[in-house]
Amino acid sequence: MSFDWNTAWDALPQLLRGLLIALQATVLGYLIALVLGLVFALLRRSGQPWIRIPVAVVIEFIRSTPLLVQLFFLFFVLPTAGIQLSPLATGAIGLGIHYATYTSEVYRAGIDGVPVGQWEAATALSLPRWRTWTRIVLPQAVKRILPALGNYAISMFKDTPQLTVITVIEVLSVVKSIGAQNFQYLELITAAGLVYLAAALLIAWPVRIVERRYRREIA
Amino acid sequence: MTSEHDQIVFRAVTTKFGDTVVLDDLTFGVGAGERVTLIGPSGSGKTTILRMLMTLVRPDDGMITIDGDPLFHEQRNGSLIPAGEQHLRAMRRKITMVFQQYNLFPNMRVLRNVTEAPVHVLGLGKDEAETRARELLELVGLSDKLDAYPSHLSGGQQQRVAIARALAVRPEVLLLDEVTSALDPELAAEVLDVLRDVAKSTEVTMLCVTHAMKFAKDVSDRVLMFCDGRIIESGPPAELLEAPSHERTRRFLHSVLDES
Repeated sequence: MSFDWNTAWDALPQLLRGLLIALQATVLGYLIALVLGLVFALLRRSGQPWIRIPVAVVIEFIRSTPLLVQLFFLFFVLPTAGIQLSPLATGAIGLGIHYATYTSEVYRAGIDGVPVGQWEAATALSLPRWRTWTRIVLPQAVKRILPALGNYAISMFKDTPQLTVITVIEVLSVVKSIGAQNFQYLELITAAGLVYLAAALLIAWPVRIVERRYRREIA
Repeated sequence: MTSEHDQIVFRAVTTKFGDTVVLDDLTFGVGAGERVTLIGPSGSGKTTILRMLMTLVRPDDGMITIDGDPLFHEQRNGSLIPAGEQHLRAMRRKITMVFQQYNLFPNMRVLRNVTEAPVHVLGLGKDEAETRARELLELVGLSDKLDAYPSHLSGGQQQRVAIARALAVRPEVLLLDEVTSALDPELAAEVLDVLRDVAKSTEVTMLCVTHAMKFAKDVSDRVLMFCDGRIIESGPPAELLEAPSHERTRRFLHSVLDES
């Protein structure tokens, strides 16, 4: 068995186009996960049981079922409910909601990790609740959990091949469609692997920089 | 032990943590502008009193009033009901507290720590709040640390910032909860000096839980000796600290003096 570099090289433009789609899905999905995860975390802390408990059930349900199933569900069920979205948008939403259940746990740990003395000091100064959350608790919580949040960005990117099942033309889809013509899967999958590796390193880089900056700012 | 003119009144206040009685049918009052020091063995309820006034702990029973208004109760249709968050928020505005562990906001520089509440609670303009914060930080001897983060300051410096931060909200009542207990003697001394200045230059009512007896003697009008959630003895510092009438007080003062 020989390795044909030309096959890999020829496939590269299409693989990179697939990568661009995967990155779009990651960025969009990650933003959803960051915002929705925080919303989940805050709702779970609600003093009202009729908010707290249903939210906990929904989070547990989403977290305990496979992403693949959720993607299928969104892809086939949303249109029947009259919601028409592109495969890419559907995929980003699926990734975002799924990962929001993970980030909500991370937020929760971060918020719980802020010393109770910070809350008490805010009370002693009569600071409004909104101010206490946005300027004191969340900045300190996020600082602690930045590495964990960043790792979920990388994780989510590595889950993008699953979007192939809902017809998003990302990297794995490209491999399948070219492979179906020339059967040179060794070359194609190796090239795809290298593309994924390069992209994952690219995502990890800013994550590390932000992490280091925060660590220096507030030791 | 209470009079009509008292700013702070505890009337038959009882609180338990689990099975432990922390405050036992406690009644006492503090006049406006009075400086009162609370002493006693740990677990005797001193800190709980401060935390209660700061609304961090609710009493199980009894009544606390500030300037005649119930702290944990509000009038609704002519009857007193447990206070909601809004009432507590309003009542808290007159009171602030300095903590043993400073509790500065580590994500804000020193100046922001001091201006945050004046801007967002008192509604001062940013410039006015900063001018006032600079004055207060000068009062506590930290004019050169305005742009430092708290983690770059010594414990004594952090506590002095915390005092400036507390004064910045223009409190009528200042609660000091073992503010020097986490500091070694030299740093404790610089914090106590600052508090002496505060006592001299303001009219603020001070409730102070401390083991620094020299400071208590210098600053306070009255000392309350606590034991098992009750006040067992009270009086001017010269009397109570020099010639306590209660055996338990004598033993306590002995152990504190041995320590320092």
